[in-house]
Amino acid sequence: MAALLEMQAITKTFPGVRALDEVSFTVEEGEVHALVGENGAGKSTLMKVLSGVYPHGSYEGQILYDGAEARFRDIADSEAAGIVIIHQELALVPLLSIAENLFLGNEQARGGVVNWPATYRRTEELLAKVGLSDPPTRLVGKIGVGKQQLVEIAKALAKDVRLLILDEPTAALQEQDSAKLLDLILELKAQGVTSIIISHKLNEVRKVADRVTVLRDGATVGTMPNADLTEDRIIRDMVGRDMAHRYPQRTPKIGETLMEVKDWTVWHPEQADRKVIDGVDLTVRAGEIVGIAGLMGAGRTELAMSIFGRSYGTNISGEVRMKGRPVDTSTVPRVIQAGLAYVTEDRKELGLILEEPIVRNITLANLAGVSNGGVLSSGEEQQVAERYRSAMNIRTPNVHQKVVNLSGGNQQKVVLSKWLFAEPEVLILDEPTRGIDVGAKFEIYGIMNDLAAQGRGVVMISSEMPELLGMCDRIYVMNQGRIVGELAASEASQEAIMGRILADE
Amino acid sequence: MSTSEPNTGVADERPAEHPSGIGAFLGSHLREYGMLFALIAIMAFFQIATDGTLLKPVNITNLFLQNSYIIIMALGMLLVIVAGHIDLSVGSVVGFVGALAAVMMVNWDWAVWITIPACLLVGAAIGAAQGYWVAYWRIPSFIVTLAGMLVFRGASLWLLEGQSVGPFERSFQSLSTGFIPDLLPFVKTFLGMERLNGFAVVVGVLLAAALVLSGLRTRRQSARYGMDIEPMAFFALRNVLVAGAIVFIAWKLATFRGLPNVLITMGVLIVLYAFMTENTTLGRRIYAVGGNLKASKLSGIKAERLTFLTFVNMGMLAALAGLIFAARLNTATPKAGNAFELDVIAAVFIGGASMSGGVGRIVGAVVGAFIMGVMNNGMSILGIGIDYQQVIKGLVLLAAVIFDVYNKNK
Repeated sequence: MAALLEMQAITKTFPGVRALDEVSFTVEEGEVHALVGENGAGKSTLMKVLSGVYPHGSYEGQILYDGAEARFRDIADSEAAGIVIIHQELALVPLLSIAENLFLGNEQARGGVVNWPATYRRTEELLAKVGLSDPPTRLVGKIGVGKQQLVEIAKALAKDVRLLILDEPTAALQEQDSAKLLDLILELKAQGVTSIIISHKLNEVRKVADRVTVLRDGATVGTMPNADLTEDRIIRDMVGRDMAHRYPQRTPKIGETLMEVKDWTVWHPEQADRKVIDGVDLTVRAGEIVGIAGLMGAGRTELAMSIFGRSYGTNISGEVRMKGRPVDTSTVPRVIQAGLAYVTEDRKELGLILEEPIVRNITLANLAGVSNGGVLSSGEEQQVAERYRSAMNIRTPNVHQKVVNLSGGNQQKVVLSKWLFAEPEVLILDEPTRGIDVGAKFEIYGIMNDLAAQGRGVVMISSEMPELLGMCDRIYVMNQGRIVGELAASEASQEAIMGRILADE
Repeated sequence: MSTSEPNTGVADERPAEHPSGIGAFLGSHLREYGMLFALIAIMAFFQIATDGTLLKPVNITNLFLQNSYIIIMALGMLLVIVAGHIDLSVGSVVGFVGALAAVMMVNWDWAVWITIPACLLVGAAIGAAQGYWVAYWRIPSFIVTLAGMLVFRGASLWLLEGQSVGPFERSFQSLSTGFIPDLLPFVKTFLGMERLNGFAVVVGVLLAAALVLSGLRTRRQSARYGMDIEPMAFFALRNVLVAGAIVFIAWKLATFRGLPNVLITMGVLIVLYAFMTENTTLGRRIYAVGGNLKASKLSGIKAERLTFLTFVNMGMLAALAGLIFAARLNTATPKAGNAFELDVIAAVFIGGASMSGGVGRIVGAVVGAFIMGVMNNGMSILGIGIDYQQVIKGLVLLAAVIFDVYNKNK
């Protein structure tokens, strides 16, 4: 096999920061090459250099593509050469059909007039290639995220892709869809498409990649054949330190029952005949970390949001008690008052005000705590923000930075700070480590352990089973809106959890 | 003294730049200074072009009288826009409330002291009627207030039966055209001037001093908490300019007829709203709702109620503007307030507010309104036709917003 792509000594600097420092990166024709590294290691920057987002001349070094030097001025240039990048945030228009999305900007047309029969015929061919059977006229907004990801890949195929770059392709997918996607990548490889896959999920990297390149702090740590690697080895390369314990140790001290949910039932907000949550019972005790496992669509987020001030669903029935006393869950302020906090899985859309500074985000859920008779005290507010900045190790020059400028891990710490300042007794954390790097994950786990040690109850919703197994004292398994199993830490395993789900299907 | 932030030495994914020195500070605060300098430049230009007419005492007085209602509405509009909405109906509400006041006083012989609060309540009710649909039914404010714009324009025509109604009692007219009498006549004697309103001079000097002192206090606090503070040179220059302008204007007004009542109304409202937006939980929550509606709701903020209240407030301020405008014309006409909404919205955007909500300051909106007002006034003195005036105002609005976007992308 020959090298399809050779990036040689790429250096890219931003004012004050050297994002890439003489990075060399070689991809063989026909391989699946995984690019891994912590957030901020330079993976995305490297891919932006490759795809022409940072045009030739704005970086140092040389790109050899298909044997010749490539000087891409923009994305159109690199796409013409057969390099297609699929970003983590999908670039599809939800109100257009699958066919319209596939050929967006690349329409099957003559003289500006779209040839619909050809468009639909080619769409069907491409969809068949990626294993989708939806009609070409279906709106993209009506299909799930997993299928949307496949549509993105079909869109890349429509452009005669030779080198496909997937940035965190499975971040938003449930396990079945992820598996399907990974199979597709292998299938495309068999058809001669070379892929670069950026991922935080090392088990997936292990599954599909031929070779793995690790980046750290803007430099290449090394490239190795997948067969010679272990997950622990990759992690050690990524973070530059040994992480024998991926989950910080703790000795649980479990106390009285803090929160009880009884017979909780929720109906879908639009489809009136669809029960989303069906008779759920659960309890959370002081000092306990309780996991909720389940596939995507099992109703975990819906359960949490419906309890949290009826932020989801209609026709909600059931009872929530905090320390034995019934809670009025009709509005968010009331459940916050009762001592509950919900840290959303979607921190950018639902958790943060991105254009506002860290300090204002931290105090948002408890403005009463920094004000007197409705008048804010900027001094107190500042002190609160500084306190959480050091307690949570939020890495920022000062607390007046806009949160949009922070990395994912630091943003998550800001959201956690906001909820801690509201002083809840029970925190529901929904996918608390999604999209953040290994080092920050470890810090978040540490914060969760501290919360439990302070005698609070922690509920952790996660799609990553190893994380639930590593962190939780007790795991509820959810499927189709119901609790289908409850496992103590001692009896929990990936097999036991999947077994409970499959027994229910 | 520039306290550059303590650098933790850890680079985030998008590196934050660390400004140091005057140039860098100016770079990161270009918008705020740009506004102020633009206003000064525009005033200087017209002062020269009109051979000094712009800053004559009588014209300064006129500037305030002419623009007070726009500025008063800009205060409310800023909140509406920060909350992520818009109100197109304010011009029609001005017309409707003016008409209602005229009918109450002239046709029904209601007393002024009943008419004014009644009209303000009607304004609040109009705001509530529109805000209800926007806040609780999530109907886009553009549509609801477009409907309101038609409804209240029609309603004022109907109320006045197509006629002008007036004139009004002196006490009502004084809402707009009255002046505060010289409460401190000894100042005049002390300074040995015959025609001078001592009260105006004293108020001007006190206001300037208060502004500088509060600026110093905020600055000290910011330094204590390690916030990004402006270099001393800038702070001094800005304060000398602003305080100087206040004293200068107060002096000019004093040599004419003193402080217009409406200037006092306006000044009190500006201070009140600036305080509310920057120092109260209520203000903070409005910014949060405009910045990210879903996240604020999940943080326990009653977003619907806040949206509703911003419209109620807007309705009330539009009613106040309607009363002042009617008082100034001394008659209510069906066309009163026509296209005012455009001036008000333009002032808020020139002042740096963002169309998508969450961003904008009261001071900015006021400066924006003055920029529009000075241009209107200056161009009228120069005898520039209404056709060119519209074109120029349109281009200034566009330029201000382009400047904003350019700055943000840089």
